[in-house]
Amino acid sequence: MTSATTPFRWREPSILPGFGLALGITVTALSLIVLIPLAALFLKAASAGPADIWAVATSPRTLAALKLSFTAALFAALVNAVFGLILAWVLVRYDFPGRRLIDAAVDLPFALPTAVAGISLAAIYAPNGWVGSLLAPLAFKLSIPFTDLSFGFDGKVAYTPLGVMVALIFIGLPFVVRTVQPVLEELQSDVEEAAALLGASRFRTIFRVILPQVLPALLTGFVLAFARAVGEYGSVIFIAGNVPMISEIAPLLIVIRLEQFDYAGAAVVATMMLLISFALILAGNLIQARARRRFGDV
Amino acid sequence: MSDATLPTVSAAMPARSSGRARGESLAVQIVLIAISLAFLLLFLLLPLVTVFVEAGARGWEAYRAAITEPDALAAIRLTLLVAAIAVPFNIVVGIAAAWAIAKFEFTGKNLLISLIDLPFSVSPVISGLVFVLLFGAQGYFGPWLQAHDLKIVFALPGLILATVFVTFPFVARELIPHMQSLGSADEEAALTLGASPWRVFFSVTLPNVKWSLFYGVLLCNARAMGEFGAVAVVSGKIRGVTNTMPLHIEILYNEYMGAAAFAVASLLAGLALVTLVLKTLLEWRYGDVIAASRRH
Amino acid sequence: MSVAVTIETIEKRFENFPALRGVSLDIQPGELVALLGPSGSGKTTLLRLIAGLEEADRGRVLFGETDTRDLSLRERRIGFVFQQYALFKTMNVAENIAFGLRSRPRRERPSRDEIRKRVSALLELVQLPGLEKRYPSQLSGGQRQRVALARALAIEPRVLLLDEPFGALDAKVRKDLRAWLRELHGRTGHTTVFVTHDQEEALELADRVAILNEGRIEQVGSADDVYDHPATPFICEFLGEVNKLPVKVVGSQAFFGDRPVLGGLSQNQGGPASLYVRPQHLRIVDETPLALPGVVEHLRRNGPLRRAEVAVEGLKKRLDVDLASQVAPAIGERVRLRIAHGNLFAAA
Repeated sequence: MTSATTPFRWREPSILPGFGLALGITVTALSLIVLIPLAALFLKAASAGPADIWAVATSPRTLAALKLSFTAALFAALVNAVFGLILAWVLVRYDFPGRRLIDAAVDLPFALPTAVAGISLAAIYAPNGWVGSLLAPLAFKLSIPFTDLSFGFDGKVAYTPLGVMVALIFIGLPFVVRTVQPVLEELQSDVEEAAALLGASRFRTIFRVILPQVLPALLTGFVLAFARAVGEYGSVIFIAGNVPMISEIAPLLIVIRLEQFDYAGAAVVATMMLLISFALILAGNLIQARARRRFGDV
Repeated sequence: MSDATLPTVSAAMPARSSGRARGESLAVQIVLIAISLAFLLLFLLLPLVTVFVEAGARGWEAYRAAITEPDALAAIRLTLLVAAIAVPFNIVVGIAAAWAIAKFEFTGKNLLISLIDLPFSVSPVISGLVFVLLFGAQGYFGPWLQAHDLKIVFALPGLILATVFVTFPFVARELIPHMQSLGSADEEAALTLGASPWRVFFSVTLPNVKWSLFYGVLLCNARAMGEFGAVAVVSGKIRGVTNTMPLHIEILYNEYMGAAAFAVASLLAGLALVTLVLKTLLEWRYGDVIAASRRH
Repeated sequence: MSVAVTIETIEKRFENFPALRGVSLDIQPGELVALLGPSGSGKTTLLRLIAGLEEADRGRVLFGETDTRDLSLRERRIGFVFQQYALFKTMNVAENIAFGLRSRPRRERPSRDEIRKRVSALLELVQLPGLEKRYPSQLSGGQRQRVALARALAIEPRVLLLDEPFGALDAKVRKDLRAWLRELHGRTGHTTVFVTHDQEEALELADRVAILNEGRIEQVGSADDVYDHPATPFICEFLGEVNKLPVKVVGSQAFFGDRPVLGGLSQNQGGPASLYVRPQHLRIVDETPLALPGVVEHLRRNGPLRRAEVAVEGLKKRLDVDLASQVAPAIGERVRLRIAHGNLFAAA
């Protein structure tokens, strides 16, 4: 846009009024409420000095907390991706009594305060709770492949890393359903018919034709659920048991550091969490943009 | 004009009603529906029902006592007060942001949108932490505040700041896509007819977007009243003074007063249900105007 | 086997809307048949019924001697080109074309090499060689259509079905593809049925045209048959511009008012009738016995032709008359019109 004849303009002219006022309010509020406070966080973390930052960042307790937060969030997001996809499919494709009610209920985790969900889940999955008491006799050895996150399931969910996952599944569920649903609704029926006429089985049609089209939205939902789960606090702390090194999540560690007036320590852990989250969200967006470039909106 | 693009009965029907090439077998359908229902039952319905069951476990009198004792009432008052300040603030900023973004073209617009969304990807605990770092006793402005006998952290201003941070994107997020899809033609027409800028806004723009504004306010309010992590960090949890309802629930729960905790929780769960019902009604009734973003 | 596809008294309803009301049609091997009709006439439904995408309420579709109700969609081997092409956008062109072959049960599936050869041969056939690696989003509308055709041909279909094959293309590409499709059909000889609402397209391309209206086939025949000898007033009006004259038939002559306008009629029916005359069948003539007097009220250009609108006493609507190049009446001029050819239908 910058050339000799048309000088650079940072905004297009318009006859509508109020641009300055509206943008002024927005930028001022954004700066005061969000940007300056976040900058203070980074500043505080940096002020700790390299040696202290390294010490906090690599302390076993910090690493254990970050690892728990990220792995539990990852598995919760995976569970939500699978069940959220099934749920979205069922809600879009099938007609059954109560469908609209269930559709509405999916948003419950958005509406229910996290502390309420937290104490409720803790009560349900506690050893004497409705589900916890059913699970107690089911003790078995559970190990998750490709990670060292393996724990013998001793019949307990509440007050273990499994409990953390349960809470994170609860709060992440709507993200996947709500991002996948509109995409499923807009799928053209002729593509499926074409596949069937070309001789593809229903299975092949779903896995080779439909799912690849849904994948970008599924990935978005996954990343949103994951990002939310990593930072989640209220619904987790009641069910987690909060045992240092075992079921202590990173946000809780920040609170603990803060209660010990270790502001720099809290800031360092918080900064690490934010940076890792932002990197993951950015990666998700890049994959999305690539898919959109290639497949377009035919 | 072709058959498929015409909204005639004959054209619309075949694509929808055909089950031959598209459906799964009835057995598969039943299995998938059963899985979905079981999953929702376990992860959504059970927690909700538990709140009300546990709340009533000790009977009506205990329930009434739990929600009318002075600390509980103080928590309810404080929660309402925080929401009553934070939500209107976000309405004003959300409308301003949507006006600037939807009605004008300017450099850095996409960056601005991303920054407005930023609080969604920040842990609530960090949302509280940043204000402690700024205004806490050892924070950047701590000494100055102490010298002037001002309190932000562990006081009402801190609760409000943390709540505003957490709920910052809600209103703007609903308004921006809706106002963008409406364009500026209505406003331009009103201006050429000689209406004053404020009149244009209040009698043209606002009525056009009222339902998506309401939708955004609804979600913003639910989050403001239910926020836990961010306010937990800045509150100091002084009973009767800086305890909001979610924090009061935590304290009761940690003191093994489960029934009382669930009693207060049932009030917030009721709020959640009302929010959900209103939200659903809005989506059914005005789903076409409330633009896409149904994800937070 | 003399008939490729037999359609027997098909009926189909959607909710309360009867889409097809007793349709029968035989399609010969190698034939190119057009299903022509306005929107809502049931032509797309009929095509989808042949494909097996819809089930008939009554009647049946036979492929040769085989009742298609016994066949799965795969066993039907239908090559179907959708109006919007329905290409798989997450697959490149080669994967799209190979999809049908790769969907076969392992025993019948060609080898990788074989598939690759088939794909490039098909791309050669549809004149898109070398585009294997492109994605549908990177193709033009015309190219997408040809990929969709190649994909349909890959499964060696027994019948090729095309739904509004040129509907989504702009006018220039349409014309080119039309000629190309005709030529391709000549070379490959697939039994082909296509749906269109464009009478020009149907008449130009098809060996036979089946004209549908409100769920029934009103006439089947070659382009010349249906154009020159329309079976119903609907067909007459649907196939092109036409003037309508209320007449009375007495003996072998048709009278407009008291004036005989058309003679030599073989029909033995007397009484009121409608005479349909196309603009090109009205001539401005000097005195003749069978002629209609009128006044030129308007002159305009209709593509390559000049057109006069002639007011005739006793007729509300002016008659459209195509002018021969040497004839140049002036506005207001009194002329006489002779009807060179017309179609007579007893008044309803």
